[in-house]
Amino acid sequence: MRPLSHHFKSVLLGVVLFPFFTFAQENDFKNYTRELEGTELKFDMIAIPGGNFNMGSPATEVGRRPDEGPQHQVKISPFWIGKHEVTWDFFEPFVYKNQEISRSKIPLKPQVDALTRPTKPYVDMTWGMGKEGFPAIGMTQYAAIQFCKWLYTRTGEFYRLPTEAEWEYACRAGASGAYSHPSESKLEDYAWFKTNSSNKTHPVGSKKPNPWGLHDMHGNVTEWTYDQYKPDTYTKFAGTVAQDPVVPFETLYPNSVRGGSYEDPATDLRSASRRGSLAEWKQIDPQIPKSNWWLTGGTFVGIRVVRPLVPPSKEEIEKYYNREPIADF
Amino acid sequence: MKNKISETKQRRDFLKTSAILTGGALLCGIPLAGAYAGGSDTIKIALIGCGGRGTGAAFQALSTKFNLKLVAMADAFPDKLEKCYQTLFTKFGAEKISVPNDKKFVGFDGYIAAMQDADVVMLCTPPGFRPAHFAEAVKQNKQIFMEKPVATDSPGIRSVLATAEEAKRKKLNVVVGLQRHYQKNYREIIDRVHQGGIGDVIAGQVYWNSGGVWVNPREPNQTEMEYQMRNWYYFNWLCGDHIVEQHVHNIDVANWVKNKYPVSAYGAGGRFLRTGKDYGEIFDSHSVEFVYDDGSVISSQCRHYTGGGNRVDESFQGTKGKIFLDSNNIGKIWDHKGKVLVNYEGKGDPNPYQTEHDELFAAITAGQYKFSDAENGAKSTMTAILGRYASYSGNVVTWDEALNSEISLMPDRLALDALPKVLPNFDGTYPYAIPGVTKVV
Repeated sequence: MRPLSHHFKSVLLGVVLFPFFTFAQENDFKNYTRELEGTELKFDMIAIPGGNFNMGSPATEVGRRPDEGPQHQVKISPFWIGKHEVTWDFFEPFVYKNQEISRSKIPLKPQVDALTRPTKPYVDMTWGMGKEGFPAIGMTQYAAIQFCKWLYTRTGEFYRLPTEAEWEYACRAGASGAYSHPSESKLEDYAWFKTNSSNKTHPVGSKKPNPWGLHDMHGNVTEWTYDQYKPDTYTKFAGTVAQDPVVPFETLYPNSVRGGSYEDPATDLRSASRRGSLAEWKQIDPQIPKSNWWLTGGTFVGIRVVRPLVPPSKEEIEKYYNREPIADF
Repeated sequence: MKNKISETKQRRDFLKTSAILTGGALLCGIPLAGAYAGGSDTIKIALIGCGGRGTGAAFQALSTKFNLKLVAMADAFPDKLEKCYQTLFTKFGAEKISVPNDKKFVGFDGYIAAMQDADVVMLCTPPGFRPAHFAEAVKQNKQIFMEKPVATDSPGIRSVLATAEEAKRKKLNVVVGLQRHYQKNYREIIDRVHQGGIGDVIAGQVYWNSGGVWVNPREPNQTEMEYQMRNWYYFNWLCGDHIVEQHVHNIDVANWVKNKYPVSAYGAGGRFLRTGKDYGEIFDSHSVEFVYDDGSVISSQCRHYTGGGNRVDESFQGTKGKIFLDSNNIGKIWDHKGKVLVNYEGKGDPNPYQTEHDELFAAITAGQYKFSDAENGAKSTMTAILGRYASYSGNVVTWDEALNSEISLMPDRLALDALPKVLPNFDGTYPYAIPGVTKVV
């Protein structure tokens, strides 16, 4: 992860995600609810003002790992982020076009009809943990990005995955401690994790939100970010202020997931805790190459979407979505 | 009615006769034990059926630590064969993939020649072809990995049972891809059940409720045979319906837990949501009760609905406790008061699709005769077919009448210009089973 200015020319994605000129649309910058046209589906987006924060954790934090340091200043441009993790209610109409059609009172737009959809999973990807109101799980990062493309095609708004930095900024919501809630309150009131989850996901928004109104940033499902995971990312920023950093895509694994899940201990739910995706998350996929779309063993991974205040150009958006998947042997 | 009874008797007599005939094969059995005992010889494998599962199975075989080489491939379609070949070659290269063009056999009969150069054959076509392929493999004295299910109708099951006997006499290893048998949580929990861990198993519930699988719409210039072959999931002669093709896994777990097979089945099913012409003749849902000879009842549900709550798992209740199992490496045992006795969370357990090949090729390399999965594979497949007979007919169907049914779903002739038995209506939809009307046995 380097400051944008360092790889402005070589990594176009930096430009795609983080245009500098953000003042143009700030008048409309508030929370909103988006309905998917022709359906009863709607989701809430929370406006996150731009600002600076201290990314990573101090060496003294309980449960801290070396990849969380050194702490460094990061400057973040404004964006909206999902109030909740994406639920199956949205993910299934993306996976199954017939279900999208049956939930829609109007015909699908041709460009929605023509979208590439995930292969139908041979196994039940909810693993019996619940569907309506429960977080969608077990999708690859590629599938998560294609879901964003589906939302974009339906709404005309550029949705994408958060960067690690945006995710941590939104999770902390101004708090500098291990978790976003006040130190005198209990994690159990804010999060589903190993201690209270009965080893399963729970309906999104069934715990208290963080100070910025976001539910389940800690726990329930760990959330995809866009960044490639590198354990030494932060060492490159010591003593600098990174502007909208992102680690660009080079290899299929590992990509960064954040926030911990229902099966993790409390320390893995910390705002600064980082984890890289693993090939083993497709361990029980019998196909070859393994699925581009599904993590047959990734029952703990989900999505939260982000929308930058200032969208990039149409070409840059296309480039973001139309990345070819890497065959997974 | 009287006539029917005598027919049944004749069939049973026929079964006995054929068992005696296969008994004769014992004399010319060729045990292969010792053939690879040194571990230095290359084991040659042939892949029969080069679709998604065949590609995966070959990959897993070649990923074992043993010295394997793919030497021949067969598929009905050249594009499927070539795609599979390219995938495997990309991964393993010329050292392990040695299939020149004259060892790529395209068409319905290519399997016979493809098996000839191999020590081990992998039978991975749609299940309707399995009985014939299995019979040929054993005739050629091959060691065998074959995918589940192992047939789609009763004559197919009887064929597989007869071939299974012959394979035992010849001491040919046969592994069937009911991979839960090679998965640690299933092995550990069911071992405890067999040791009396929950007393006598008196009830159970097994499920495969999911969103359904792929579909391949009809394309211009396809013959009816090619269309059905390429969209095979939706035609019973090829697939057996999803109660057979998928749910056999969970039904097999019920038989494994019970250590026996049911005596009858009663159930319901239909096409409620998945009704279009792309979906052939199979039902979208079945709900069946299997009754065992001790009076215990296992209820089974399988459905392909994209909405609603899903589950794919198994639960059983005994006189002293209960268990839960699922394919995500979970296994639980409770006592009869609900206290957790065992909470098996096998995160990171080996991939059972890999383990089944690791164990098969370890036995073959060591010259051991260790696996005879075919009989259980056939009987669990039969149980699933029995369930289909129950939901298609609406009647109680007994094991014996199901096993002895003479109704064959297979086409009279296999060729791309031949006609399958089930043909489309004028509007492109297909006739499907109507309970109370359709004759199933």
